[in-house]
Amino acid sequence: MPKAFLIDTTRCTACRGCQLACKEWHNLPANVTKQRGSHQNPPDLNPYNLKIVRFHEHLDEKGNVVWNFFPDQCRHCQTPICVDLANLAVPGSMIQDKATGAVLVTEKCTQLAPADIKAIIEACPYNIPRYNEKTKMLTKCDMCIDRVSAGLQPMCVKTCPTGAMFFGERAEVLAEGEKRLARLKERYPKARLVDTEDVSVIYLLAEEPKYYHEFASFG
Amino acid sequence: MTNHWIDIKNSDAILIMGSNAAEHHPVSFKWIMRAKDAGATVMHVDPKFSRTSARCDFHVPIRSGTDIAFLGGMINYIIESGSWFKDYVVNYTNATYVLADSYDFKDGLFSGYDAKKRTYDRSSWAFKRDEQGAPVRDFTLKDERCVYNVMARHYSRYTLENVSKITGVSEENLMKVYKIFCATGKPDKAGTILYAIGWTQHTVGVQNIRASAIIQLLLGNIGVAGGGINALRGEPNVQGSTDHALLYHNLPGYHNAPLAQWQTLEEYNKANTPVTYIANSANWWGNRPKYVTSLLKGWFGDAATAENDFCYGWLPKCEDGEDYSYMYAMDRMLNDKMRGGFIFGVNPMNSFPNTNKMRAALDHLDWLVVAEIHNSETSDNWRRPGADPSTKKTEVFLLPSAHRVEKEGTISNSGRWLQWFDKAVEPAGEARCFGDIYVPLINTIRELYRKEGGVFPDPLLKLNWAEKFDASDWAKRINGFFWKDTVVNGKTYKRGQLVPAFGNLQADGSTSSLNWLYTGSWTEEEGNKSKRRDPSQTEMQAKIGIYPNWSWCWPINRRILYNRASVDLQGKPWNPDKAVIEWKDGAWVGDVPDGPWPPMADEKNGRLPFIMNTDGAGQLFGPGRLDGPFPEHYEPAESPVASHPFSSQLTSPCFKFHKSEFDKFAAPADPRYPIVLTTYSMTEHWCGGGETRNVPNLLEAEPQLYVEMSQELAREKGIKNGDGVIIESARGQVEAIAMVTIRLRPFTIMGKTVHLIGMPFAYGWTTSGCGDSTSRLTVTAYDPNTTIPETKACCVNIRKADKLTEIA
Repeated sequence: MPKAFLIDTTRCTACRGCQLACKEWHNLPANVTKQRGSHQNPPDLNPYNLKIVRFHEHLDEKGNVVWNFFPDQCRHCQTPICVDLANLAVPGSMIQDKATGAVLVTEKCTQLAPADIKAIIEACPYNIPRYNEKTKMLTKCDMCIDRVSAGLQPMCVKTCPTGAMFFGERAEVLAEGEKRLARLKERYPKARLVDTEDVSVIYLLAEEPKYYHEFASFG
Repeated sequence: MTNHWIDIKNSDAILIMGSNAAEHHPVSFKWIMRAKDAGATVMHVDPKFSRTSARCDFHVPIRSGTDIAFLGGMINYIIESGSWFKDYVVNYTNATYVLADSYDFKDGLFSGYDAKKRTYDRSSWAFKRDEQGAPVRDFTLKDERCVYNVMARHYSRYTLENVSKITGVSEENLMKVYKIFCATGKPDKAGTILYAIGWTQHTVGVQNIRASAIIQLLLGNIGVAGGGINALRGEPNVQGSTDHALLYHNLPGYHNAPLAQWQTLEEYNKANTPVTYIANSANWWGNRPKYVTSLLKGWFGDAATAENDFCYGWLPKCEDGEDYSYMYAMDRMLNDKMRGGFIFGVNPMNSFPNTNKMRAALDHLDWLVVAEIHNSETSDNWRRPGADPSTKKTEVFLLPSAHRVEKEGTISNSGRWLQWFDKAVEPAGEARCFGDIYVPLINTIRELYRKEGGVFPDPLLKLNWAEKFDASDWAKRINGFFWKDTVVNGKTYKRGQLVPAFGNLQADGSTSSLNWLYTGSWTEEEGNKSKRRDPSQTEMQAKIGIYPNWSWCWPINRRILYNRASVDLQGKPWNPDKAVIEWKDGAWVGDVPDGPWPPMADEKNGRLPFIMNTDGAGQLFGPGRLDGPFPEHYEPAESPVASHPFSSQLTSPCFKFHKSEFDKFAAPADPRYPIVLTTYSMTEHWCGGGETRNVPNLLEAEPQLYVEMSQELAREKGIKNGDGVIIESARGQVEAIAMVTIRLRPFTIMGKTVHLIGMPFAYGWTTSGCGDSTSRLTVTAYDPNTTIPETKACCVNIRKADKLTEIA
């Protein structure tokens, strides 16, 4: 049965528990970062941060401050273009796990030519994969496939204190998303679920995707 | 917290003020969001739009240090709009009490002020009393001198216009908050106030909380589900350490520290055991002698006897009026009145205000013992930037301290739940937990006394002490033992067995307890209750999220304090859908009630709900505080204005401060320092950052010191986002990276534009290139009741830096 995430940004407090827990679970080292006038750090996804919380602030039409948080990660697309491209170049270098729908990078990925890597990165509609020069691997969220295969929740979901993240069977997640959306419509008339049909990581936003992140939605 | 974390979900209106709950207590938002799901309105009143504001229904910016003006306006609104809960106020608060003729208030000063000493003689803040000594009450509230009417006149000055002028909050926003929150003055509605150090760290800190108490009493929000005044307390056992008297002014269990004029236990008890003249007041503190004797018995065991005053004479006594708090300790160090000391669990050379003074003061010590996980700005003060180590005389002993996961024991959470945690791993290297440092240390000192003698050996040699530290042993000592065979409800307890409840503690030396509040937490019958993890509950408890079998909570597992105020005189819940307790068939059901007595309608046996107050009433008029019975607006010690609309008394007439060469203050409306600075922490770092800056993944997320500022101020000063800047106060200067944001906006205060900036205090020089202590800017001015420094509001200036040396 394919799995899915619901990321309900209306509950996210940007505590970054997910960002940190992801690093910890995957044993990824810390980057040396700088304060650049933003709380968003590291500034972007990188081989050592498979998930980051993006911060976006703007004024609404009444002049009220709106601060949106967007825990960004691989969407585990239903029809992942990265897997198609990778397999054209090196068969088996990326796979879509049948049991969960997780889009995964395999060790064969090291055989991909630089041009293939570039093509895969550029093809991603959500600007997710990054390249680790040292290991010659593409890096991105792996849905905590080790945990999920053992019947556990992904680390980010497990860590979230406010219930902003929900993980389960795709049908169940879609139903939860619709339920939450219906409830939120009153408070946030522009609320929406993003790219529901195409992805396994479904974002619930309170307003237009452009107020979250350039690549928040594809459609 | 009067209530507990889960209970927040029962609220209809949540006012977060003086707290950045989402960032500092992330789990709070689990329950805040549940309340929101159920239709509650969540409001954040705070100088800065933070991650908390982002998840609230709306944010209301307020100038730091003007909370009493804002809350005073709310009190005025409650009275003018008639939003108060009449049955509750008349029956359960001191609104009906008639004030003595001696009480007066004029132009910002209460009666009895001594300008020379900056203190009040509080004897005039009294109630009129009848021949028996009971306060005179007017249940019709017609008497012009009854508390309700005096209070109404006091806050009549807090008009929307006046409040708006000084707080910088628009009248529209004031009304928005007042209307929504005060709609909870109905019997079936509840509003909660969540605060933290954003309220306490002011020269009027205690009065900020007093103002919230008045509001919650007027609205009938104390004792009910979804109500209360909820101090959000922190991870390192802030609640437990307060209960166990971390501070100098009291003994474990909230008993005053002995003063020099109380040389005998009888004198101590006489001065500290209140007497009520109101027949249906429980006056719980009337039991104090039982708790104090049991505490002495816990400390001195068999050596404590009725004949020797249970060794009370061995306790050190404070001089009356002398301040032994940490701010005064630092000043004594600077003046060579302290030679050495222990600094555990705090990093003052980064966190304390006016840090340049603190760092200089510490140099005066001959010796210093620090227990830490990492080297800190405190342990390494002798080699701080700009200091010549060869000139520093202090001999520093840095003891490696165990991390939380390397020790077992209890933590009392914010909701007073006592929760046991196990040791995950053995301490690394030679590290030890604090208990395993203190117990052998005292034993070593005892050994020295035995061998070498000394002038006053008894308090140490006759101490009821352990050979080795064991967390369970101390948890049992805290609960308390019987010291002779005793029969309770027909059951015989042997000497050495655990006391089942604090109701069994005695003043005759037959029981011990290191803290009466925790008696009942470990019993012969049920064992260590802090380990309980049973989610079972009754249907009534399930409705409001009470889990009586999950851990244990003081006092006697009562989850919501003052819950007798949640019912009417007959014991029927004000809000039957969210009942906390109910009198049914001659007994209470639901939560553990505040005492076993029947409801107040039983004139003989019933008791008033506020059992910890001598006369049983919630205190709208609170004569116990040093700086006034009603909260009154005063400007912070450093203010951007020279006058305010409420009186000609600009700042608190009682706030404390020091006068060394380091303790400089900007003048009111000082043109050199026109900008208000407030300081805070953040999710990613813990307090002064001494622990978290050593966690690379946390440093990755928040690597360096920043200053949050408005776009308007940035334009005025020619500063761009990401620029290096220098912030200056009368006490020092600090480098930071500018974070220019729409989340801060200029205020209009008394007709002029006032900018406010905010900085975290989590960064220090021992972490290379991250910046150094923000607290170098803040003031050494303190609340007169608590001596908590005013780190939330001072005045500064800011400019673009040509080059940075602290940040790389």
